Amino acid sequence: MDNCPPGIGCKVKGLIMFTEKTLQEVEEGKKGWEKEVGKARRQKAEKGKRFSTVSDLEIKEIYTPEDIKDLDFAKDIGYPGIFPFTRGCQPTMYRGREWTFRMFAGMGSAEDTNKRWHHLLKEGETGLSTAFDFPTLMGYDSDSPRARGECGRCGVAIDTLRDFEILTHRIPLDSVTTSMTINPPASVLWAMYLVIAEKAGISWDKIGGTIQNDMLKEFIAQKTFMLPPEPSIRLISDTIEFGTQHVPLWNPISISGYHIREAGSTAIQELAFTLADGIAYVQDVMERKKMDVDSFAPRLSFFFNSHLDFFEEIAKFRAARRMWAEIMRYRFKAKNPRSWWMRFHTQTAGCSLTAQQPYNNIVRTTTEALAAVMGGTQSLHTNALDETLALPSEFAATIALRTQQILADEIGVTNTIDPLAGSYFVESLTKLMEEKAWEYINKIDEMGGMLAAIDKGFPQMEIADAAYHYQRQIDKGEKVVVGVNKYVIEEKVPPEILKIDEAVEEKQMARLQKVKKERDNHKVIQILSDLRAASKTDKNLMPYVIEAVREYTTEQEICDVWRDVFGEYRDPGFY
Amino acid sequence: MVNSGRKIRILVAKPGLDGHDRGARVIARAYRDAGFEVVYTGLHQTPEQIVAAALQEDVDLIGLSVLSGAHMYLFKRVLELLKANKADDVMVIGGGIIPEEDIPKLKKLGIKEIFLPGTSLDNIVGWVRDNVSPRC
Repeated sequence: MDNCPPGIGCKVKGLIMFTEKTLQEVEEGKKGWEKEVGKARRQKAEKGKRFSTVSDLEIKEIYTPEDIKDLDFAKDIGYPGIFPFTRGCQPTMYRGREWTFRMFAGMGSAEDTNKRWHHLLKEGETGLSTAFDFPTLMGYDSDSPRARGECGRCGVAIDTLRDFEILTHRIPLDSVTTSMTINPPASVLWAMYLVIAEKAGISWDKIGGTIQNDMLKEFIAQKTFMLPPEPSIRLISDTIEFGTQHVPLWNPISISGYHIREAGSTAIQELAFTLADGIAYVQDVMERKKMDVDSFAPRLSFFFNSHLDFFEEIAKFRAARRMWAEIMRYRFKAKNPRSWWMRFHTQTAGCSLTAQQPYNNIVRTTTEALAAVMGGTQSLHTNALDETLALPSEFAATIALRTQQILADEIGVTNTIDPLAGSYFVESLTKLMEEKAWEYINKIDEMGGMLAAIDKGFPQMEIADAAYHYQRQIDKGEKVVVGVNKYVIEEKVPPEILKIDEAVEEKQMARLQKVKKERDNHKVIQILSDLRAASKTDKNLMPYVIEAVREYTTEQEICDVWRDVFGEYRDPGFY
Repeated sequence: MVNSGRKIRILVAKPGLDGHDRGARVIARAYRDAGFEVVYTGLHQTPEQIVAAALQEDVDLIGLSVLSGAHMYLFKRVLELLKANKADDVMVIGGGIIPEEDIPKLKKLGIKEIFLPGTSLDNIVGWVRDNVSPRC
């Protein structure tokens, strides 16, 4: 079985699900139903209507054992916590522990965000997640001319360790895990977290969390980029190596489909491109760092979108786990079952929300969150109803958190693991998504891997095509968006939205000035010079970055060294 | 309006550090499919770069897309620079995550129209047909 090539699957039968005789009887029964359909069709005008998912995948009117006759219970479905992990990566799933309620939050100053974090923890959130503002995401300080007008707008502004000290004030870093949505400067923000823990007397083997640190999907979709692909990947491999050696409970990367989907991809593209990115990272660490796959693969984590189409999403999550398990076991020859499992965070689809009748967004988010839970997510962010209008207000963010709590505690979906397994439709759709995603991955392999595909603009243009197709379907009314192209009303009062105080920018710049004056500037200059020298070698840069942030070197000072040494990536502007 | 015979030329631009380009790219395609000439700047453009591109490409309209909340600063800066370059006959429209209360302020500054999430492509294209003509 270990010699099965990925994407083709094993021919070895383990546990077939239906006998030939059963299938024959099913087939005969279907003829009777088809007669009934014929009668009903003459009465109803179902003709001509196309039934398809949000991603425009056509769906049949009914699914039977015939559709899953080739499935093998042992090979394709099995048990949670065991290869191929289709049913979940933990043996007990939510009966053992609920998914982590992890609300993405960040706005204005470090003080504002710290206050929101404490509010969410008090209301029962179980993990933290940081939203940074655009200057921080792009490696610019608040006083950069590039940052004008952006400070604190889209998340929290972090320039130095001083801001981070305020951000994490009275947050128990040894008991709560923290996710940071940060990419080009991921190592800098991670270094700040490590130094904060160190200062609080918490050793690095006790802290847990995630840095997103996935640059391939930035070039493909989210578009916060800084350096060209090659050095970007090198910085990522440095963090994976450092984490493996020094921060064993940390996820040094969150390989993300979320942003690919938000950019307008289909569910299959999200699945395929994310796994292709994962393949590229594993390959790079093995080749560049000469590390054994089982030494680092167990800490790789993933991040998916949960969009509106309930069954399509559940099928995607189940297919993702099965595919990754096969990739790790057969393609990369990992031996440790922990290397085969795929753990992932999920966020409901921001792009599915509407500015019109925004309270309806609660319902959209609820069904998306339910799909994520039925799909076996490890952690979840639920969007607030007002996110197409502004950053979430405290009121809206609290409703979003309560949505998860209701799903976890009130409606009974956590009682049993993978409740939709065996459904003719869900299993068949899971298989279909897997097959279609493999077609993409094979194509990307033929191009020479994901870096080569990105260079050609392949995933970018596939996504652009899908986004345009979907928008046209909405405009023509082929896809319904309630409140936008159907059930439209005249609206009067929008909900009260969060406003970012314009004084945040000034205060932040004043704080940065003060830090720059008070720190040991001779030391900072020396450290930056050491970092520059090391950047030109193959050395792991994490220790240099940690030294730098400890002395209150700013994020941009570090990033400027890299921009200088490696050059900058410019958007090719595909559309 | 005099029809000079040339097509309407539009610059679709993403000012600032905001990476949300789905809307801008979808609209660039819709303009192209509608028969306009389109230049897309790509991401992370400063207002200076946008105005320079508008002048160099001799466009009739600039469409700015911002979803990061930095629209008040960035839109205003683009208008100021157009004026400073004596090119304030180039129309400017905007779209993105823009609070209702900012719309009158932006229009007062000189932004001709703001399109919010949920607007159909046909509406946006129709607005351009009704309001923009090639500058001679």
